[in-house]
Amino acid sequence: MHEAVAVNPWVALAYLVAGVCFILALRGLSSPATSQRGNRFGMIGMGIAVVTTLVTHVPMQAVGLVLASPTGVIAATGPVFARIDALAVLEILAAIGIGAVIGLVTARRIAMTDMPQLVAAFHSLVGLAAVLVAAAAYLNPEAFGIAMRISPIFGPPIINILPVSRIEMGLGVAIGAITFSGSVIAFLKLNGNMGGKPIMLPGRHAINLATLAAILALIAYFTADQSPWVFWTITVLSFVIGFLLIIPIGGADMPVVVSMLNSYSGWAAAAMGFTLHNTAMIITGALVGSSGAILSYIMCRAMNRSFVSVIAGGFGGDSGGSSTGAAATDRPWKRGSAEDAAFLMSQAEQVIIVPGYGMAVAQAQHVLREMADKLKEHGVRVKYAIHPVAGRMPGHMNVLLAEANVPYDEVFELEDINSEFSQTDVAFVIGANDVTNPAAKTDKSSPIYGMPILDVEKAKTVLFVKRSMGGVGYAGVDNDVFYMDNTMMLLADAKKMVEEIVKSLD
Amino acid sequence: MDFIAILSIFVMACFVGYYVVWSVTPALHTPLMAVTNAISSVIIVGALIAAAASGSASSKWLGLLGVVLASVNIFGGFAVTARMLAMYKKKDRPVAK
Repeated sequence: MHEAVAVNPWVALAYLVAGVCFILALRGLSSPATSQRGNRFGMIGMGIAVVTTLVTHVPMQAVGLVLASPTGVIAATGPVFARIDALAVLEILAAIGIGAVIGLVTARRIAMTDMPQLVAAFHSLVGLAAVLVAAAAYLNPEAFGIAMRISPIFGPPIINILPVSRIEMGLGVAIGAITFSGSVIAFLKLNGNMGGKPIMLPGRHAINLATLAAILALIAYFTADQSPWVFWTITVLSFVIGFLLIIPIGGADMPVVVSMLNSYSGWAAAAMGFTLHNTAMIITGALVGSSGAILSYIMCRAMNRSFVSVIAGGFGGDSGGSSTGAAATDRPWKRGSAEDAAFLMSQAEQVIIVPGYGMAVAQAQHVLREMADKLKEHGVRVKYAIHPVAGRMPGHMNVLLAEANVPYDEVFELEDINSEFSQTDVAFVIGANDVTNPAAKTDKSSPIYGMPILDVEKAKTVLFVKRSMGGVGYAGVDNDVFYMDNTMMLLADAKKMVEEIVKSLD
Repeated sequence: MDFIAILSIFVMACFVGYYVVWSVTPALHTPLMAVTNAISSVIIVGALIAAAASGSASSKWLGLLGVVLASVNIFGGFAVTARMLAMYKKKDRPVAK
């Protein structure tokens, strides 16, 4: 059946080594100390996979006896008459070179606050690449060793794609296309080209389910009929469903969406790995697929929401839901100045800083670290507390703090630091809101009920940096912390406020 | 290789992925996404095969385009991961003033 692929054990071994390198790359991320070595393993693995493929698939050009078959396909009579096609080799190297330049320049220039958009954009490329590979395999199945050639006595030979390969190919193209169009929408939302508010189509659940069912039915039908219309309809429908699935999801649910698309890009690679019988692709696909799935799970758990409810969408536009926020100002609250904040913190024994998406928007991480340095000069112990869904992607806050030279051993996860708030003098909340809302613990009717939160209200004093009293968090819920006796609201742009605090600390 | 052999590798790799990813520290979840992005571009293998094959011009050009996209991801993904990881420092290092 597979006479086209003579499996060379050394080649198979090389791909296996590449797969193991990828496992080691992820393993290295268990601690920042080993992470850079891990990343190098990843590069080595990729190098092995690419070089192995290049060496075993050198483009050949037929010379000497050439027969033109009735279909116009050129068939060489044997490898004796083939020589290396230098032009094709050059084209491939040029393609790699173009990609390398674009990739390296982007990686160097991108601002750390734009990382969620960049990751979404990269996901879309993996998705599109999977679609292209599947389409190429569909158009030239013999090159991929997935064809059966039947030569009737009369007429041109019939090339049939193996049925199992058709399923793999159909799944690969579908998942790839969903990853592509979904990631493009996620990118547009994260980059601000498209509003963060969910866009709700009437009857969208019915439309989505019908489209998904049609895609699956067509993949099943594809095994019986390999005509082009089946393949291309699967592709087009999958692009459409990717788009439909992401537009109703609000900006603040993007951590889940980005993780989910990460997972999909892995499954797409795995599906193509099945088609090509390539262990490196299968191992990678499984790793990336599980990675994205676990991250989605962690994010959903941190919001106490089910995966299905996030995917169904309609929750949470960007902050500033004016309808519910209006009532907020009726209750008494205290406003503080930068000088008050500086004085309170300089007298404290321990300050815990709680950053959120607002810090990223204001680019306040550098000046925040300056503030922490000044406080340390005053003999204050400074720690950072990170909620798992703070920001727009998993680990977003950690990267920004690392960029600002905050040592990673001062940065703590929710479960490691939550018990410390009761012995802390000042909790400094900057650009976070819902993740500090005690209603999640007490108010059963609240949309965020059950979500694990940072217990800032237990600190002796809470300093809450916020742009204005009108806006509420993305969940559209009022936060009782604002109105507590021990809370002081610092109403200003996060960066300006922290800059003033730094000045007052001198 | 037959389908079952490949499926076995896949299932085992899913378990490996499960345990390895749970051991990743939450502070490095963003680099994790960036690096998984880079390694999932191993799909370049398929694009290279298509680009090198003779017999179908359209298949070859799709392959070449796939090579460009995947290498953007490979080079960009690893470089941006390296850039992020280099920023994570411990307390004892002197802070740049």
